[in-house]
Amino acid sequence: MIAYLGRRLLALIPVALGVATITFALIHLVPGDPVVAMLGDMAAPADIEGMRHELGLDRPLWQQYAAFLGGLATGDLGESISTHQRVAHLIAQRFPATLELASAGVIVAIAIAFPLGMIAGAAPGGPADLGAMGFAVVGISVPHLYLGPLLMILFSLKLRWLPLTGRGGLSHLILPAVTLGTALAAILARMLRQSLVQVRGSDYMRTAIGKGLSANAALLRHGLRNALTPVVTLLGLQLGGLLAGSIITEVIFSWPGLGRLMITAISARDYPLVEGCVLTFALTYVVVNMATDMVYGLIDPRIRLGGEAR
Amino acid sequence: MRLRTNLSLGIGGTLVAILILIGIFGPLITRHDPLAIDLRLALAGPKPNHPLGCDALGRDMLARLMYGARLSLAVSISVVALSLVVGSLIGGSAALAGGRVDSIVMRFVDVFLAFPGFLLAIALAAILGPGLTDLVIALTAMGWTGYARLVRGEVLSLREREYVQAANTLGATPSRILIRHLLPGIAGPVAVQATFGIGGIIVAEASLSFLGLGAMPPTPSWGNMLDAGRAFLLVAPHLTTAPGIAIGLSVLAFNLLGDGLAQLAGRRS
Repeated sequence: MIAYLGRRLLALIPVALGVATITFALIHLVPGDPVVAMLGDMAAPADIEGMRHELGLDRPLWQQYAAFLGGLATGDLGESISTHQRVAHLIAQRFPATLELASAGVIVAIAIAFPLGMIAGAAPGGPADLGAMGFAVVGISVPHLYLGPLLMILFSLKLRWLPLTGRGGLSHLILPAVTLGTALAAILARMLRQSLVQVRGSDYMRTAIGKGLSANAALLRHGLRNALTPVVTLLGLQLGGLLAGSIITEVIFSWPGLGRLMITAISARDYPLVEGCVLTFALTYVVVNMATDMVYGLIDPRIRLGGEAR
Repeated sequence: MRLRTNLSLGIGGTLVAILILIGIFGPLITRHDPLAIDLRLALAGPKPNHPLGCDALGRDMLARLMYGARLSLAVSISVVALSLVVGSLIGGSAALAGGRVDSIVMRFVDVFLAFPGFLLAIALAAILGPGLTDLVIALTAMGWTGYARLVRGEVLSLREREYVQAANTLGATPSRILIRHLLPGIAGPVAVQATFGIGGIIVAEASLSFLGLGAMPPTPSWGNMLDAGRAFLLVAPHLTTAPGIAIGLSVLAFNLLGDGLAQLAGRRS
């Protein structure tokens, strides 16, 4: 077990390095001069040179890259151009809000997906199955972009049950979390149903029912665990969607997280801050992906023990 | 199962066909200019002359929606086509070259895959600046890796099939094997992924435009229409509802079609 976890952790290093390199390349190699973009086309050449020097952009690329990696290793991501605060500090301030929203979104997704997938998978073809899968089809199709405003109109403006925007207690969290979690819920519910339907026909289920367990009890005690593996895999694959959704959701609900910080930094052309945000998002994504992989290994011993091949 | 396949194909195909027809002919049918401002009609609700009402500047929502459909489809189809070409070239040649080249190229693809796609698109769009060409580039950067992996995997597995080995033994040239035997085999799974891909890119395009990183106002795009409507949620909910439903229906259409195609392809093999 320890060896498995250790192997996964070691594999994290080259991936993290690659992701950091892509971030660096995005900001430094993509055509378009960030300094000209910041100061405008009409800026005096001397100002542009000064700014370039200040940001270290006049150094050779490999020196910039080395400085970038060195900064990364020590947690120093430079200084924001628009607020003159440390980028790492700004990000640390906003990160918990994003984590809170994303976790709440996943919890909402799981809380909806499990009952829905179980009901549908317990009696495939029945009316409950049709209803649940109908919801899933709609849930997958409604974009965060629209679900957010729709929930705001219904629950904040018309019914006045929940606050419109911002972060605060639980009441502030509900609408953004539902916005973020619904699509994921629909995807997971569909997978759980399909996986349960497949598991139903297996020998061990027939044995369990033959020993006198009711069909539902057998599904709950023996089927569910085996049906879970593809669901967890899928959850891992949907992290990218969750990340994209969280950026949109934060903007819609004025949620003070990393996504909104990044979008604000982009419109202010605050490149060091943009770079820091992109990097933090990407590294978090890599780490969470790895964590899902490990959970996968915990659920299914075959993966852990045959880990060498992976 | 067959019924479900037919239902998905039927509904999805019809919706996609309608969407494409609207994208092509919609702007020719409407009498309204999507950019014509008429402040007397600002935030007007649906009325005979303007069936979907007007936005905050009194522009006809239906006309804007139809032009938005054209933009959305044009962008997403170009992005998927471009991603497909780039991905197939990279993935396909890695598979055919094999050995060292294959493993180096695929490590490179893996690193790209480890980078969240939408984040890459946001960062690229932010650096390249707004505009449709840059939008297509940013979204293609996000999309090509999936096709590279798919095509590589398919080529590797098809190459081991007996009919391909038979052709090889009979002395067929590599290019003949590629065109006559490998490409037809790859077409099915690639078509399925591309169909789902269009749905995904429609949302990604709308999201970038919503964030102010894609199509710029006054050009109507479903994403920037949604963004503009957010300020008037209570007084004019139709400003967000109309583009929101348009995006949702398009995604539904391509998902159903993809679902149907996937089952069709699965049944055949």
